[in-house]
Amino acid sequence: MLLSIDDVFKIARLARLGLTEDEAQIAHSQLSSIFGLIAEMQAVDTHGIEPMSHAQDISQRLREDTVTETNQRELFQSAAPQVKNGLYLVPQVIE
Amino acid sequence: MLTSSLSQLGAALRSKKISSVELTQLYLKRIAALNPELNAYITVNEELSLQQARAADTQLALSHTHALTGIPIAQKDIFCAKGWRTTCGSKMLSNFIAPYDAHVIEQFNRAGAVNLGKTNMDEFAMGSSNETSFFGKVKNPWNRNSVPGGSSGGSAAAISARMCAAATGTDTGGSIRQPAALCGISGLKPTYGVISRYGMVAFASSLDQAGPMARSAEDLSLLLNAMAGFDARDSTSLQREPEDYTRNLNTPLNGLRIGLPKEFFTEGVHSDVANAIESAIAEYKKLGARIVDIHLPNSSLSVPVYYVLAPAEASSNLSRFDGVRYGYRASGYANLAEMYEKSRAQGFGAEVKRRIMIGTYVLSHGYYDAYYLQAQKIRRLIAQDFVEAFKQCDVIMGPTTPTTAFNLGEKNDDPVQMYLSDIYTIAVNLAGLPGMSIPAGFSNNGLPIGLQIIGNYFEEARMLNVAHQYQQVADWHTRSPQHIEV
Repeated sequence: MLLSIDDVFKIARLARLGLTEDEAQIAHSQLSSIFGLIAEMQAVDTHGIEPMSHAQDISQRLREDTVTETNQRELFQSAAPQVKNGLYLVPQVIE
Repeated sequence: MLTSSLSQLGAALRSKKISSVELTQLYLKRIAALNPELNAYITVNEELSLQQARAADTQLALSHTHALTGIPIAQKDIFCAKGWRTTCGSKMLSNFIAPYDAHVIEQFNRAGAVNLGKTNMDEFAMGSSNETSFFGKVKNPWNRNSVPGGSSGGSAAAISARMCAAATGTDTGGSIRQPAALCGISGLKPTYGVISRYGMVAFASSLDQAGPMARSAEDLSLLLNAMAGFDARDSTSLQREPEDYTRNLNTPLNGLRIGLPKEFFTEGVHSDVANAIESAIAEYKKLGARIVDIHLPNSSLSVPVYYVLAPAEASSNLSRFDGVRYGYRASGYANLAEMYEKSRAQGFGAEVKRRIMIGTYVLSHGYYDAYYLQAQKIRRLIAQDFVEAFKQCDVIMGPTTPTTAFNLGEKNDDPVQMYLSDIYTIAVNLAGLPGMSIPAGFSNNGLPIGLQIIGNYFEEARMLNVAHQYQQVADWHTRSPQHIEV
């Protein structure tokens, strides 16, 4: 499958990655060669094979629905780029 | 001291021949001398290290000790350690001070080990040469023009240059075994789920597994004893009885069945590597092992499968880096979307962006079945090959890497060539099996060669036994790089 420059911009937009025209050109050629490698998979007959999503075929462990975390808001927010009154600041999203 | 094994260091500490503070200072001095050139560490924090060393000395004086009490161990900068800068090799986390400890760090703290510093790595563990680190490339101590391998290249280089007693790594597609091979040290990736992923920055969660890196198999077994164990905070941590991984070290290898997959011995392997592996196998025969020819017919597909699944999981895991709660935020943006796009564009390096884009694409509408689902199906075929193979043998052996360390810069512009350097290690992660690499010789130009040993699920103690017995008759693991005084 051939990737176009428009595809590259579309992927970058979905992934929320800003991309310049030059970067898109490089990404286009590199992604194309990577997808060339990945294309080897298409020749394999996988009819009837169960997809393997995990290394161990075990089911998800459940736990009691109890509080296990303590409130450490100040500590955790100390790593944030911008906070005010215990809230994370972001650009306005609603006019 | 610099050539001592972990058990020798432990004995010296317990008999008061040296204190943990003295030992820690010895290593800190070496780091100060060698790190400007090798760049194996991203962060060194003498104050925090010495604080732990003093506490260890108190424990030692009271004889409240564990095998690792007072021993300085380097931590890959992917593990959160409270109060330590934890960057994962990225600009995105270049100012991130971890507010909590990873389970692995807790385990070492409980054992009284000293955190000697945070080692360099490929950004978010994505790379095979340690050149994608925001903090600069690491040089291979055996040849300063060569890569140390990656992504745990800082840990591997630090051990080989004796800048720590031992270290930790993580392995998603070979990131412990490949740098171990390229730097002439020993490294083990356990069965998926044996070591908790809690507090380990996530790359591809169904493949990521932490493991020990050290000079010898015996050292690895002591480290694994400390690192392994159930942790409820990692939903894929396995509930199992604790094991003593040193228990089989001295078992003779009579009757051991070694499987050699013909797919690992093709013309792609450099002749120096092939010769060294052949000699190691011959040594194993002398130790009483028997060779069985096996097949892993789908293993050649492991690189393409991996480069669908790992980026898919990464694109999801790395969506958390949005410049809001922690990590880098760009300056100058008009709205929220632009803040995300600029922060991620500036905070991530080229390889990380590449993988996020691959992952985003293979998960996107219309391509999911053809790429992601097909890759998961082939993943099962690859895992089943191993199930069949282990009906005929106890361990599988082959080269860890097709070549010795390549030159810095050599594969930077060609991601596909870089990806193919993990061709023998990736299948092990896809299957969730344990795998290790131990030193098995040198190339004609003096670079280390690694022997890969793959075991069945939960056979770590057996693999360590197999590696340890070889290290009783071979001395490759005791060699240290020329030009580095020990």
